[in-house]
Amino acid sequence: MSSFWSGWVLILTLACLGLVIFILFATWKIQRKNTTEETVGHEFDGIVEYDNPMPMWWIGLFLATLIFGGIYFVLYPGIFPGKFDGILGWTSIGELEGDQAKHKEQFQPLFSKYANMSIEELQSEPQALNMGKRIFLNNCALCHGSDAGGTFGFPSLTDDDWVWGGSADEIETTVLDGRTGQMPAWGPVLGEKGVRNVSLYARSLSGIDTGATSKELQAGKTAYDTTCAVCHGADGKGNKLFGAPNLTDDVWLFGSSQAQVEYTVRKGRNGVMPPWKDVLGKDKVHLVTGYVYSLTKDKK
Amino acid sequence: MFNHETVEKNIGLMIVLIVLGISFGGLVEIVPLFNIKQTTEPVEGLKPYTALQLEGRDVYIKEGCVGCHSQMIRPLRAEVERYGHYSVAGESVYDYPFLWGSKRTGPDLARVGQRYSDEWHRAHLYNPRDVVPASIMPAYPHLMDNVIDESITPKKMEALSVLGVPYTAEDIASASEDVRGKTEMDALIAYLQGLGTALTQKR
Repeated sequence: MSSFWSGWVLILTLACLGLVIFILFATWKIQRKNTTEETVGHEFDGIVEYDNPMPMWWIGLFLATLIFGGIYFVLYPGIFPGKFDGILGWTSIGELEGDQAKHKEQFQPLFSKYANMSIEELQSEPQALNMGKRIFLNNCALCHGSDAGGTFGFPSLTDDDWVWGGSADEIETTVLDGRTGQMPAWGPVLGEKGVRNVSLYARSLSGIDTGATSKELQAGKTAYDTTCAVCHGADGKGNKLFGAPNLTDDVWLFGSSQAQVEYTVRKGRNGVMPPWKDVLGKDKVHLVTGYVYSLTKDKK
Repeated sequence: MFNHETVEKNIGLMIVLIVLGISFGGLVEIVPLFNIKQTTEPVEGLKPYTALQLEGRDVYIKEGCVGCHSQMIRPLRAEVERYGHYSVAGESVYDYPFLWGSKRTGPDLARVGQRYSDEWHRAHLYNPRDVVPASIMPAYPHLMDNVIDESITPKKMEALSVLGVPYTAEDIASASEDVRGKTEMDALIAYLQGLGTALTQKR
């Protein structure tokens, strides 16, 4: 803050305080000292007002606030900002950092202890899993659901079907750095008929009874082999390197009806998992990974 | 002059004294903030809202989001832990008016940008219960249908540049094109995804 504005605050604050004190004493002097029957002289509808002195306790409180103000200005920043910041050296950021340091001192050993354990080792630490669960509920449940069961467009974490891989390391990488799905829009390339056939074929891979003719399925397979197989694999088992889901199981992130699959093929899908490295920090990501891993560890 | 009666019976004098009395607070606590560096200079990397974000901001105002969501992370440990780095004045210098809010029925949104995916916001705004079953937030499905009125976007940007937002002539010239055909949903999501991203979320 420039000297001008520091001075501005100082002078106006002192002027205000001075005025308050001046008025208090000036009016105090002209007040009568004792309670009398005299009124202030006006009357409204028969109601009159006694002209009595202020109660002493009230004046006492007023003086106390003035004294409090004076002490406050000595201890805390206020009266001369930037030039005199109080003998306590208090700042709101300082208070925050002190609070954070205290908190860190108390809890960091716990985080560090778990950070040095592998995800697999965390599975036998109920406290670590509980901490991970809390972090999950506060940050991840918005998309994946409080039961981690997922919803349309946001994968379930409980079925051991992993788009980007389900090993401890892969899950941790997913949480740390995020993931972006890369299913392009195939509508313009395949045309409406092609979209229909390829969707029928893709659905048939997971055993859905599509009612398609063998001709449609054959056309779908031909289109699949040239366009889809690059990522989803010739056998439709998917490829976790590209986040290409397995098409042969019964897990359909964006729905398995003909209309939904056609929409996916036509417009593409770009599911986004945001990166949590900077938001949560590595220690918390480690714990939440431990919790997510625990959800499916019995199915592995 | 310091007679009760004189002051009470001269309404002009009373007005002057009242104005004088209540001015001190504003002069000391507010006026310097219009003029000091900490509150008038943008934080490093802060950019004015893009045309689409600006329209999204107006949707945010129109739908009354500020009534339930604050955009002000106070320097308290619990808030910094939950939302990210505390808010600083330099982040709001291009906000006319600022949308800090004063009530949190829903969570603070000062650093919601990039935290969730666009698709999540779309699903959540369409019907919050679809993704957060216990949510009490109203649904905003109409945002999907309302198309931004591209004709007034450049005028909004011109008005803001008068107030000191550094929009270039090119920004204003391409504004209509930038929002053409976009829905209020697109605009609002663009606005939300930019919130608080000038300062990193590092804790």
